[in-house]
Amino acid sequence: MRTLGLFFNVVRRDPLFIVCGLFLMAVVGLALVGIHYTGYTYDQISDASLLPPSRAHWFGTDVNGHDLLTRTLYGAQISLFVAATGTIVSLTVGVTYGMISGYAGGRVDNLMMRVVEIIYSLPTLVLVIVLVTSLDGPVAALLKGAGVTQFPPRLVLIVIFLGLTEWLTMARIIRGQVLVLKEQAFVQASLALGQSHLRILWQHLFPNLTGIIVVYLTLTIPAIMLDESFMSFLGVGVPAPLASWGTLVSDAASLINPIRLYWWMLIFPGGLMTLTLLALNFLGDGLRDALDPRIRK
Amino acid sequence: MTALILRRLLQAIPVLFIVVTLTFLLVRSAPGNPFSTEKKIPAEIMEELEKQYDLHGTMGHQYLQYMTKVAHGNLGISTQYRNRTVNEIIAQTLPVSMTLGSLAYFLALLFGVTCGGWAAIRHNQAGDRFLMLIALLGISIPSFVLAPVMVMIFAIKLNVLPVAGWGSPDQIILPAICLSIPFAATIARLTRGSLLEVLKLDFVRTARAKGLSEDAVLFRHALKVAILPVIGYSGPAAAGILTGSIVIETLFGIPGIGPFFVNSALNFDPFMTSGVVLVYSSFLILFNLLADLLYFVVDRRVKLE
Repeated sequence: MRTLGLFFNVVRRDPLFIVCGLFLMAVVGLALVGIHYTGYTYDQISDASLLPPSRAHWFGTDVNGHDLLTRTLYGAQISLFVAATGTIVSLTVGVTYGMISGYAGGRVDNLMMRVVEIIYSLPTLVLVIVLVTSLDGPVAALLKGAGVTQFPPRLVLIVIFLGLTEWLTMARIIRGQVLVLKEQAFVQASLALGQSHLRILWQHLFPNLTGIIVVYLTLTIPAIMLDESFMSFLGVGVPAPLASWGTLVSDAASLINPIRLYWWMLIFPGGLMTLTLLALNFLGDGLRDALDPRIRK
Repeated sequence: MTALILRRLLQAIPVLFIVVTLTFLLVRSAPGNPFSTEKKIPAEIMEELEKQYDLHGTMGHQYLQYMTKVAHGNLGISTQYRNRTVNEIIAQTLPVSMTLGSLAYFLALLFGVTCGGWAAIRHNQAGDRFLMLIALLGISIPSFVLAPVMVMIFAIKLNVLPVAGWGSPDQIILPAICLSIPFAATIARLTRGSLLEVLKLDFVRTARAKGLSEDAVLFRHALKVAILPVIGYSGPAAAGILTGSIVIETLFGIPGIGPFFVNSALNFDPFMTSGVVLVYSSFLILFNLLADLLYFVVDRRVKLE
C-alpha cells in the first residue's frame, strides 16, 4: 500500500509519468490486440517487397514483402515477452540471493558477496552468447522429448540466461536493505517470540522490500530488453521467421547503401523500441528518486 | 598497495581459469562441427583434422591438451580461420579495438563530465531538464539503432564522413561517437547527481566563504570529490565499451576483435572462442583493478582492503 501511495505521489508531481505509463500500456495493447487488426500476419510474405509507407502498409514492407507494421508489433510481443520473463527470473534469483546473504550475515554473507563480485568481473553477455549457441541443440532435443513445441529453444535459453546475468545489482541492493532491516525491533521481537527464520524472511522482511523491488524491476526490464535485442542483432537471438525489435533493426541495417534508403525499415522498429526503453527508464528513474531516502526531500 | 595489486592479480588466475574451462568445455560439448557448418566431412578426413588440431580422444584428454598449451601462452590454431593461430588473430585485431575503445572512452568522459557539471550548476532549470532528457535518450537508444541512423545522416545524406572502413582518421569518427554516446550519457547523469550532493557540503560553503571565485570552488574543490562515482563506474564502463564494440565493429566493418567473438561462437571454434573470452575477462579484471586504484589515488580516505 505504501508503494502504491508513493507511486501516486510521484505521478501527481510529474505529468510525464502518466504519459510514459499510457504509452507503455498502448504498446502492450497494440502488440497483443492491435496486431490482429492490421490485415496481415507476421509471417505472410508477398511480392510487395520494400515498399515505402502507404495506406495499405502503414509502416511499409520489408525485403520479403512482410507488412512492417505487423512485424514491428510482433517484434514488440517477443521483445516484451523476453524482457518480462527474463526479469522474473532475475528478480527471483536476485531477491532470494540477496535476502539469504543479508539475513545470514557473517561468513556466509561474505562468501555470497564474493561470488557476486566474481560474476561481475566476467564478460556476462559474451558468455551468454557462447552458452546460448552451444546449448541450442541439446535443449531443442530436451524440449522435443518433453513434448513442448510452442517455444523455440533459443527463446527459452535467452530468457533464462539473460535473467541470470541481470540479478547481481538486485541482490546487492536487497542484501544492503536486509542488513539494516534485520537489526530492527520488529525482527528481534519475532525472533524472541520463536518465529522461524523462513517466516521472518517471508512475512516481515519481504513486505518491507517491495518498494525497492518495484523500482529495480522497472530498471531491469529495459536492461534485459536491450541485451536481447543486442543478441538478436548479432544473429544469436530469436530465429526467423520469429522477429524481435533487434532482428528487425538488424535487417534494416544490412540494407543500408548509398543508392537507396529504406528508412522506414529502421525508423519504425528502432524508434518504437527506443521510445519504449525511454519510457521504462523514465519510470524507473522517477520511482528510484522518489524512494531513495538520500534523494527524497 | 603493492600487496593489494599482487593479491588482486592472484585472485584473477582462478577466475580466468574457470572462464576458459567453462567456455572450452561448452563449445566442445555442443553438437556443432568446428570444421564445417554445412557440408558433411568424410569420417577419415574428420579424424585427421581432429588429430591435427588436438581435438581427438576423450573430452578430458582434449581439455588437458588445450590447457597445457594455454599455460605455455599458446592459444591454439583457429579451426574456423585455418592456418591462423589465435595468438596471431588477437595480436592483429586487439590494437584496433583498443584504439577505437580508448577514443570512445575519452569522448564519453569529456562530454559526460562537462554536460553533467553544466547541468548541476543549473539545477532544475530548463537547461538541466533538457540535458537530462537527452542523457536518458542517450541511454535508451540502442547502439545498433543509433549507428545506422548516424550513417544514414552523416555518411549518406550529408556525405561528410565515410560509411565504414578502417585506416584513415576520418573513418574512426562515426564509430567512436556512436560507441561513446551511451557512456557519455551515463557519466553525465552520475556527475550531475554527485556534484549536486557535493555542492551542499560544508567544505564547499567554506570555500565560498573564503571568497574563492565560483570557478575555483567548482573545479578545484567540488569536482574533485564529485568525480569519484565516475571513477567507480569506469571499470564496468570499460567492459561495456568492449562488448558494445562488437556491434559497432560489425556495423562499420572495423577489423577489431568484436566480430571474431560472435563468429567463432557461431562456428563452434573452441580455440578462438576461449581465446577471445580469455582476453575479454583479463581486460575486465584489469580495468576493475585500475578503477579501484584510481579511486584510492583521488581519495586517500578510501581504505584499500
